[in-house]
Amino acid sequence: MAFFAKNKRVVPGFRVTLSITLFYLALMVVIPLASLVFKTSTLSWDQLWHTISSPRVLAACRLSVGAALAAAAVNAVFGTLLAWVLVRYRFPGRSLVDAFVDLPVALPTAVAGLALAAVYSENGFIGKIAHSFGWQIAFTPIGVFIALVFVGIPFLVRTVQPVLADLEKGLEEAGNTLGASSWQNFRFVILPQLLPAILTGAALAFGRAVGEYGSVIFIAGNVPMVSEIAPLLIISKLEQYDYAGATAIALLLLVLSIVLLGVINFLQSRLQRHRLSGG
Amino acid sequence: MDNSIAAVTLPQAEIAAKSNLSLRLKKFIPAGLILVALSYFALVLLLPLGTVLVEAFAKGIGFYLDTLLESEAIHAMQLTLLMALMVVPLNAAFGIAAAWLLGKYRFPGRSVLITLIDLPFSVSPVVAGLVFVLLFGAQSALGPWLQAHDIKIIFALPGIWLSSLFVTLPFVARELLPLLESQGTDQEESSIMLGASGWQTFRYISLPQMKWALIHGIILCNARVMGEFGAVSVVSGHIRGQTNTLPLLVEILYNEYQFTAAFAAASVLALLALVTLVIKRISFRKQSLSIEA
Repeated sequence: MAFFAKNKRVVPGFRVTLSITLFYLALMVVIPLASLVFKTSTLSWDQLWHTISSPRVLAACRLSVGAALAAAAVNAVFGTLLAWVLVRYRFPGRSLVDAFVDLPVALPTAVAGLALAAVYSENGFIGKIAHSFGWQIAFTPIGVFIALVFVGIPFLVRTVQPVLADLEKGLEEAGNTLGASSWQNFRFVILPQLLPAILTGAALAFGRAVGEYGSVIFIAGNVPMVSEIAPLLIISKLEQYDYAGATAIALLLLVLSIVLLGVINFLQSRLQRHRLSGG
Repeated sequence: MDNSIAAVTLPQAEIAAKSNLSLRLKKFIPAGLILVALSYFALVLLLPLGTVLVEAFAKGIGFYLDTLLESEAIHAMQLTLLMALMVVPLNAAFGIAAAWLLGKYRFPGRSVLITLIDLPFSVSPVVAGLVFVLLFGAQSALGPWLQAHDIKIIFALPGIWLSSLFVTLPFVARELLPLLESQGTDQEESSIMLGASGWQTFRYISLPQMKWALIHGIILCNARVMGEFGAVSVVSGHIRGQTNTLPLLVEILYNEYQFTAAFAAASVLALLALVTLVIKRISFRKQSLSIEA
């Protein structure tokens, strides 16, 4: 404690940075988000319930959450595989692949959405192949799912990659010496150490996917009750000047993201402890 | 005698052959995994990017240039650049201050502030736009007053500016925080002890150390401001030639079935993303080099 107090005095700037941070956060984050809560408090329970329990809203929420979960699950497998390949193997083009993993973060969502719609529509590259089998991807929930897979990749790879790189080789070698097969080694030695990172990455990807708008709306086609996501419903309510309805759905999404933030913080603190104790 | 030797050697040879086979199989595991991972990568990430670049030139380079040189497209690009200029410096300054505060000091309520900084990342962009409509829209408490004084925020540039500020607030702070945390305060303490002022210490000791992380954060913040769609789409009102940013123009062109034009506009943003990835890569390398050194 004494060290701490001294510390505070020696390095200057505590009061300046504290004032700037508090002022900016109050202005830019607290007041705007409080306006949402305030607006909700002016609605009656009946109004809220009426909006949230309408079939169209329920269907949209189910789709947003369901597709986000499925996309996070797929990326948990393939994102981990991609991280594994990038960390463990050397092959031509590796650093290019590594750089491109961040594409969904750098590419504007509207561009991603436009591109995905083009690839998976009936005359697109993959859409054509799917169409010849009688499957339709664009304008269905599968389209929503594909857009969310695209959006989620970097979260998985970038969370798993550093943990995988830091993994102690000794444990694996011990496994090998004791006669474990590669699969056994992966399943019982490596996977348990990676699991916190995979879960954290999946939670981050899920959080991003639930609220995702730009990359989804082009490919989704936004058919009510079928391929309409919750964020889009907020916009269509706003366009009809139904501020109460838009607010109710937004509050639902806000609460979900705050809960998720708590879960992610918990997972991340466990991940850090894991990494510290693991070396 | 001969028989017993044969009995001993045969199973050994068998075991050797078996492990040879599994060894040979093992050699293929990396190749197989690389193949699967790269196919996933190409299918999910490269294919959409390639499609944008190919479709943009579907009607030739002349059409491409005509689309981008139309006054509407030029205006959209100008507005997008203007927003980046008005948002990035503010959020970079805030990011440095916040990361300094949270990285160099421990105090009660610190984790609450970190959570508040993270919030804009976890909130849906549509919700981010909506909150500003609720604050400043015509139906809000402030609405009539704003109207009486002829101040336009929603469906005008200030609304786009505010929602862009909100959405990109965490980037620089989040990038700098782990770095400042890991560096501790030893060097700053020595500098102060040796008689440097607080500003000198920051300018000559701390800032050079955070240079590459800062660039990394700024480039990500910039990419997001220029590409933001959901939040801006809620507050902009899509007034052509006035409140249309480049991503909004992409949507409008698409909705008007001008697909090639939409892809042409999108290709400019895709190029921005590629440049972002390159600078991100360089700054990441330099940063890890400087940490190792």
